[in-house]
Amino acid sequence: MEFFVFVCASAMVLVGALGVVLRNHPVHAALSLVLTLFGVAVHFVALSADFLAAVQVIVYAGAIVVLFLFVIMLLGVDRAEDLRIEPFKVQRPVAASVGVALVSLIGIAILASREAPVPAAQNSEGVQAALDAGGHDANIRALARNLFDDHVLAFELTSVLLVIAVVGTVMLARKPRKGELV
Amino acid sequence: MTASIVDITPSYYLLLAALLFSIGVVGVMVRRNPLVLFMCIELMLNAVNLTFVAFAKRAGDVGGETTVFFVMVVAAAEVVVGLGIIVAILRRRPNATTDDLAELKG
Repeated sequence: MEFFVFVCASAMVLVGALGVVLRNHPVHAALSLVLTLFGVAVHFVALSADFLAAVQVIVYAGAIVVLFLFVIMLLGVDRAEDLRIEPFKVQRPVAASVGVALVSLIGIAILASREAPVPAAQNSEGVQAALDAGGHDANIRALARNLFDDHVLAFELTSVLLVIAVVGTVMLARKPRKGELV
Repeated sequence: MTASIVDITPSYYLLLAALLFSIGVVGVMVRRNPLVLFMCIELMLNAVNLTFVAFAKRAGDVGGETTVFFVMVVAAAEVVVGLGIIVAILRRRPNATTDDLAELKG
């Protein structure tokens, strides 16, 4: 069963990823991206990261892809790009060989370190207690402990980051008034 | 249901993430539509997230999952700002590809 889930979700991930790269229509690429993101969410469930799977579906497949589609529709750039045009002659062979080299390099490293000893978990006391308590929501409890005990400053800083991103985007996307420098 | 044919170890997830990351890299190198470039960057971020969760599972450490949470926040902020820039550029020069955007001066 575990194997079956892994194969199906991996097929979703890889087919979607290839779709993003190979489909010449931006809307099709965005929909392929949804397939990949769902596949990754399935993997998260299989790796017992339940909360992250939910966030993955809501934030990535929901918000981010919808944002992409909005921009595509808003700008009217939903015309197919002719993929047969190759601006630089060597670009695609170089890109393909870089991709193959990257996969083989990382693959060799993974296979070489397969038998490496697993480091001891560095969970803090509260996190470990939440994990040991078990139950169907142990993962969420442990994640919350870790986030709000050990990383609470970083968590607060993300709110600053998001405010900056929102303000910056409003400044970037608004139409300048007449006579005003952008 | 019979027992698993093959035991799924974190290494399988790491290999899958390596494939996903490389597809994203090739996409960034090959595609010329700025929106599709952004989607390929999302592919790479997701590959790294998968790696983090696989390692968190292997080490029994929740810290990896917390990191993924932060990566998602940063990815959301990055997409918002990036799409804002793309909207600003494409409004001025419709149908611009990445080749046309070699200089920032509009």
